[in-house]
Amino acid sequence: MSKFKVVHYINQFFGQVGGEEMAHIPAEKRKGPVGPGLAFTKNFGDDAEIVATIVCGDSWFNENLELATETVLAMVKEESPDLFIAGPAFNAGRYGVACGTICDAVQTELGIPVLTGMYVENPGADMFRTKVLIVSTADSAAGMRRAVPAMAKLALKLVKGERIGASVEEGYIPDGVRRNFFDKKRGSTRALEMLLKKIAGEPFETEYPMPTFDRVPPMPAITDMTKATIAIVTSGGIVPKGNPDRIESSSASKYGSYNIEGVDDLTSETYETAHGGHDPVYANEDADRVIPVDVLRQYEKEGKIGKLHDWFYSTVGNGTAVASSKKYAAEIAEKLISYDVDAVVLTST
Amino acid sequence: MKLEVGYIDIKGIRFGDYNAVEDGILIVNPEPLLEPVLEDPLIKSAHFEIATPGESIRITPVKDVIEPRVKVEGGGGVFPGMVSKVDTVGSGKTHVLRGMAVVTAGPIVGFQEGIIDMTGVGADYTPFSKLHNLVLVMEPVEDFKQHEYEAAARLAGLRTAAAIGELARELVPDETVVYETPTIAESFKEEWKDLPRVGYVMMLQSQGLLHDTYVYGVDAKRTLSTLISATEVMDGAIVSGNCVSACDKNTTYHHQNNPVIHDLLAVHGKKINFVGTIITNENVYLDDKIRSSDWTSKMARYLSLDAAIITQEGFGNPDTDLIMNCTKLEKQGIKTVIITDEYAGQDGKSQSLADADELANAVVTGGNANEVVVLPPLDRVIGTLDYVDTVAGGHAGSLRPDGSIEAELQIITGSTNEMGFNRMSAR
Repeated sequence: MSKFKVVHYINQFFGQVGGEEMAHIPAEKRKGPVGPGLAFTKNFGDDAEIVATIVCGDSWFNENLELATETVLAMVKEESPDLFIAGPAFNAGRYGVACGTICDAVQTELGIPVLTGMYVENPGADMFRTKVLIVSTADSAAGMRRAVPAMAKLALKLVKGERIGASVEEGYIPDGVRRNFFDKKRGSTRALEMLLKKIAGEPFETEYPMPTFDRVPPMPAITDMTKATIAIVTSGGIVPKGNPDRIESSSASKYGSYNIEGVDDLTSETYETAHGGHDPVYANEDADRVIPVDVLRQYEKEGKIGKLHDWFYSTVGNGTAVASSKKYAAEIAEKLISYDVDAVVLTST
Repeated sequence: MKLEVGYIDIKGIRFGDYNAVEDGILIVNPEPLLEPVLEDPLIKSAHFEIATPGESIRITPVKDVIEPRVKVEGGGGVFPGMVSKVDTVGSGKTHVLRGMAVVTAGPIVGFQEGIIDMTGVGADYTPFSKLHNLVLVMEPVEDFKQHEYEAAARLAGLRTAAAIGELARELVPDETVVYETPTIAESFKEEWKDLPRVGYVMMLQSQGLLHDTYVYGVDAKRTLSTLISATEVMDGAIVSGNCVSACDKNTTYHHQNNPVIHDLLAVHGKKINFVGTIITNENVYLDDKIRSSDWTSKMARYLSLDAAIITQEGFGNPDTDLIMNCTKLEKQGIKTVIITDEYAGQDGKSQSLADADELANAVVTGGNANEVVVLPPLDRVIGTLDYVDTVAGGHAGSLRPDGSIEAELQIITGSTNEMGFNRMSAR
């Protein structure tokens, strides 16, 4: 089998052109490995080889971001490589930003796997950690000996299309994608050890850093309900009997839009719940218990509300990812706006 | 309380014409064991099957997993208030058939029953693949209400486990361990005064509608947070009655072998002073959540805790209880670690919990339950594959024509346990 072709990006310092005084040099391409590329070559063994190295001044790249990205991208493209690696940049800020920028561009434009490496506090790490995989390195080039084998190992996994393990296993900076792995100790023991550290005031590492929540301020109240069109949206999984869209009982991959024009009451013959998170008996007996179509229809007849919207929108909230819910909500909201709906009764179970 | 637990190692199960444990082998004569099960008018049929670790067997839909135990000395009997009459347990002597379990299976109660694979990828995710399982397969009568059948199936499992446990009464244990929990006065004794006072806050699933836990026979949603001895839990004072997603439901087996309790007791008097266990519920109403978490923090203060481990059951709605318990303890200066699991989406990119707070800065995770796994076809199915597509974690087409299953880890019993029973984690 032929070796995977790799293009490597390094800065002027690691390209042995010079230090800060040479940071202005534009990108140039050389054949084969240069500087740290030699160590990569050793670690790649028979699996991959560096066919070209792009050496570029840090100042030139950062001061001409667009031009530099275009230039380097074109150089990479000429080689039609299977894999692109950049750095490691350690704690060099401009180098880190260049590595992140060019990796992101290569990944997006050329669709090949990319990998870089840097110190966790490098500004490039914060900017690019969720876009490209960044192996966590020491803060100076003294860490090269450890960085290269870790990067080479992960790079080969990427180019071979193998499953990528969790950040703690592979040594990359957490990229915002949660991945499972088997730890050495069971969870209760890990909890006890974490607690002992916390009690002693020693540093400890949480397995899940808490996210910050996005809070949405409520809309102003409706002043005249008698003219308002009211819609129903639910995560309670109410669907026409038989669940025509086959919405999953948990971790729903879709939502349904169902017409209720002329429907005054939901009955056990016509509607049911697809929700797997609760005893369905009461919802199946009378789906109005989850989405109050009967009462809203009554209000419509009595003139208490202007109109009950002709459609209701339903998904299953049980075990459904927030990102999926956000997506369905955005689509549902667009529909509601296009129908001039004024307010929504949101129900959950 | 002081409890001596004698472990009798079970190395195999076989059918025979009498019931006994001989040389570590459980011999099962089904008829007398099934008789009380079939007395329940909601159970149409019942039979036993045996699943051994490593065998090409898939058990589904799994309801509960129960370890057979028997009270040999001391007050009360196992599963007080459920099988034995209400009487305080947790003292004296208990025998355990270690290395086996009674698993209840058969057509579903709700949507949230699971799979235990005895070999292959799936076996890596469930602790129950490592046990010799006596599977009680039941079928309900045609016309039944889910919650009524759940109660019937739950009792059938507990009764069967108690009957099997009874076979261990006269046996000589392979290993004996003494577990002892202090009174409040004892917890202040001089030799422990430099040790941190640590408590355990055990959250019990009590959302209702098939999400219930029973304490001495009481439905936990009708309780206020209270204290329980670790040894009472070992004697089956807490049993599962719920159909929360299979991956993070605390089965009765998990309660009997609560890993937090065992880990805390192991370092009690050495690294920590394990003062006590608080049980608190996970009700759906906001008032209940506030009241129960207030009560938990009051008890933690009453026990003068320095720190606590908090464990959860289920996900979504109970995430709010978890965060309330955590923040209310932290605000009193009680340091916490919480054990939970994650629903980060199949791509792992979504926010993992339904609630969050920066005070919850020490989290142990049982993994992302949405991660997709492909389970290979296995030779034998105990129960039925009829519900694989519809139980939580499955989707239309989960069960493939060749018998393999593509589903989320949610579907595997005990895979992302939130008592920290497993090694799985996520980053």
